[in-house]
Amino acid sequence: MFQIRIHGRGGQGVVTAAEMLSVAAFMEGHHAQAFPSFGSERTGAPVVAYCRIDDREIRLREPILEPDAIIIQDPTLLNQVDVFGGLRREGYILINTSRTFEALGLGEFAAQFPASHLCTVPATEIAMKHVGRPMPNAALLGGFAAVTGRITLESVFAAIREKFSQRVAEGNIAAAAESFAHARPEKEELHHAQAD
Amino acid sequence: MSFQPIKFYQTGTFTVGNRLLPDNERSVQSTVRRTNSLNSGHRACQGCGEALGARYAIDAAMEATEGQLIAANATGCLEVFSTPYPETSWQIPWIHSLFGNTAAVATGIAAAMRVKGRSEVRVVAQGGDGGTTDIGFGCLSGMFERNDDVLYICYDNGGYMNTGVQRSSATPPAARTATTAAVGPTPGNVFGQGKDLPLIAMAHGIPYVATAIVSELRDLEAKVRRAMEFRGARYLHILVPCPLGWGHDSSLTIRMARLAHETGIFPVFEAEGGEVTGVSRIRRQVPVEEYLKPQKRYAHLFSPKPREDVIRRIQEAADRNIRKYRLLEEA
Amino acid sequence: MLKQIEGSRAVAEAVALCRPEVICAYPISPQTHIVEALGELVKGGELSSCEFINVESEFAAMSVAIGAAAAGARSYTATASQGLLFMAEAVYNAAGLGLPIVMTVANRAIGAPINIWNDHTDVMSQRDCGWILLFAETNQEALDLHIEAFRLAQALSLPVMVCMDGFILTHAYERVDMPSQEQVDAFLPPFDPRQVLDPARPVSMGAMVGPEAFMEVRYLEHVRQMRALELIPGWAEQFRDAFGRDSGGLLHAYRTEDAETIVVALGSVLGTIKDTVDEMRARGERIGVLGITCFRPWPANTVRDALAGAKRIVVVEKSIAVGLGGIVSANVRTSFAGHADTVYTVVAGLGGRSITRQSLARVFASAAAGTLPPLTFLDLDHGLVERALARERDTRHSGPVAEGLLRDVGLVAARIS
Repeated sequence: MFQIRIHGRGGQGVVTAAEMLSVAAFMEGHHAQAFPSFGSERTGAPVVAYCRIDDREIRLREPILEPDAIIIQDPTLLNQVDVFGGLRREGYILINTSRTFEALGLGEFAAQFPASHLCTVPATEIAMKHVGRPMPNAALLGGFAAVTGRITLESVFAAIREKFSQRVAEGNIAAAAESFAHARPEKEELHHAQAD
Repeated sequence: MSFQPIKFYQTGTFTVGNRLLPDNERSVQSTVRRTNSLNSGHRACQGCGEALGARYAIDAAMEATEGQLIAANATGCLEVFSTPYPETSWQIPWIHSLFGNTAAVATGIAAAMRVKGRSEVRVVAQGGDGGTTDIGFGCLSGMFERNDDVLYICYDNGGYMNTGVQRSSATPPAARTATTAAVGPTPGNVFGQGKDLPLIAMAHGIPYVATAIVSELRDLEAKVRRAMEFRGARYLHILVPCPLGWGHDSSLTIRMARLAHETGIFPVFEAEGGEVTGVSRIRRQVPVEEYLKPQKRYAHLFSPKPREDVIRRIQEAADRNIRKYRLLEEA
Repeated sequence: MLKQIEGSRAVAEAVALCRPEVICAYPISPQTHIVEALGELVKGGELSSCEFINVESEFAAMSVAIGAAAAGARSYTATASQGLLFMAEAVYNAAGLGLPIVMTVANRAIGAPINIWNDHTDVMSQRDCGWILLFAETNQEALDLHIEAFRLAQALSLPVMVCMDGFILTHAYERVDMPSQEQVDAFLPPFDPRQVLDPARPVSMGAMVGPEAFMEVRYLEHVRQMRALELIPGWAEQFRDAFGRDSGGLLHAYRTEDAETIVVALGSVLGTIKDTVDEMRARGERIGVLGITCFRPWPANTVRDALAGAKRIVVVEKSIAVGLGGIVSANVRTSFAGHADTVYTVVAGLGGRSITRQSLARVFASAAAGTLPPLTFLDLDHGLVERALARERDTRHSGPVAEGLLRDVGLVAARIS
């Protein structure tokens, strides 16, 4: 089972991101379960959503306490919420920011994880460019596909199409594609760096 | 012409007089067309104004709908006296659910008829003033607001008579009830409280609102008929004297209703789309004492010490109604 | 057809396939998505011949359903928590009148303190109201149970509640197999109520009944409900034949053969319990799970048979009878031949408290070791409770309990894990 925890703020489409992730996994024939933290629904409040992906029926209903991947939609949460709580040693971290892990003050922490599992994507900027709204969720899923390889970019596109009207979907698809491209070279560079 | 014996005690003198009229001008009660929706043999008290009002209203609705009528009934006297197990006085499809939900039950029936394409079947909801102005008010307001195709009839006897005469929000000022005792410096129900439900109904902007009294049979029937010409939410508020709760002789029910009208205490009018379109005028205004005196619920206004101050306030309220509804002016 | 959709959406689509004629909607979390989706299906014309009514309260929702059902329309509504309590009078009335209404209850805690999260105290407050109560373990089962519920309701002329855990199921996206209209039509006969208000054949419904026959009316209600125990197993088989999966039935037993400890629970927590049991089985422990799908009528004999071989029973329940302890466990005790002391009550997940494998494994192991108290509150914060009790000892004016606890926790608002 692969477990993803998504942190963000109310209004950033955190729950929708988890749902789309589950739809993308479903389209690839996996079992998937997405659910919100069921907390406050106020705009701006910290929100958590979860997604489990497995090849057999998922029966577990507890919150994801030991995620395999963490997506942080809002870096201002870093000092507010224990976003990395329980993350597995081989876990993935994807942060919506134009800065680096070092610049975020996470250099030392991030060094515990495989470098290829770490990624930052300026998803809000990318979303502004393609969607016209600071809605980073779909863009980050493109990044997630690139970094983890757990789902294909095509499945992310399909999930976006299922969730949004055609016009909104096209913008989000473009955003996801750009994030994917953004995450890939970064990942490749890191591979090179490690090889060196 | 077929002949149907009509029991005099069920219908009053007016009916008999009507039999001298041509068939098409007769009241429903005086004709063979009447369905006896609320049949004789029920267990209402002698002189029950509610039994009379219900009988007039539902028979008129049956005539207007050609028998295609379903009734929902709130908990209360009407429900209890009409359906004691294993008997029922109702000759029409009838349901009693709860005290406070009758308007909603009627909404459900109307929805069922609509979805089944049986729009010829009309729905009446009925309850007392407690079931209407108090506990059932939320459901009633919802039914009005959605403009559901229901005629709601309130039989207002000014209190919770079924449970032993307690105050409702339709109990008039100064009236003694079991929960507004005739003791202390201001005996009876307090002034300045209560709801005017016909006006509240009008404020919902529903197609038709009317008030009626059991002493004006033709008027009551005409209002039911008129109500049935509309689709949507309609409200009919009938004042029904209660010998038990009001403490008047059971032979005085019709007279008490007439006096409530002629004093101005209970204005009789109708309104369409939130505007008053007609009032039943008064030939001569009767002082409120004539209405109050025969009722034991007002006995404390006359003895041991006459309370002219209180009677004056009641008179002022009646005068206000007369001015407001122009009850004395020529048409 | 396989779909990855929200539980509420799945239930709404399933309800629509059952061809309801009157739907009453009043918003309350976490049920709201269901009626929202149904409203959209009606307004969009996908669900035709259906009246969708936005009512002013849950009391009205049930009352409109009562009127509609009495007038011969297949009626549905959904609620949760405070809403179920607000309509309680009408809930009993629907059962007493014998009206075949189906209602989803998206289970949620009851205030005060106000809490929108999941537990079962809402439905347990209505457990003896005369409705058939079915509990869904997954969204697939929630969907399927509605189809069975409509059939049960009209066969027995009794109302049926389908309970699904609020948020945990209603807001979860997971895979469901949505049946076709043809499949549902083949399983669920057209609506043909036992009693109906019709000008052509006038009847009086809801007449007053005095001491001379009230007992008989109640007895017949009981007999009708008990009939469900005979019908449900057979229908579950028919359902499997028609839809190709196990859903519904009275109970689901999981690895109970040779189990010394059997865990009994209702609803979605069964999944987490099964995973926990698998882990314990892998360590050689003889433990199994019994899921109760049909809580009312209580399948006493079936439960007794299912528990016959166990040495001890651990009932994990998301409700509490304050002043007594377990509600489900009180029912289980009536159906367990072993000593009553070997039925343990574990109150868990109240107000949305997470129920984790780790905590469950701990209490199950403790039960097996004979060290589990008869009544346990899973993951209770004893320190927090002690501080509140100390406050109450120290001062007469200790203030509102909830506020004091939250101050101790150091949170301005409740938050999960």
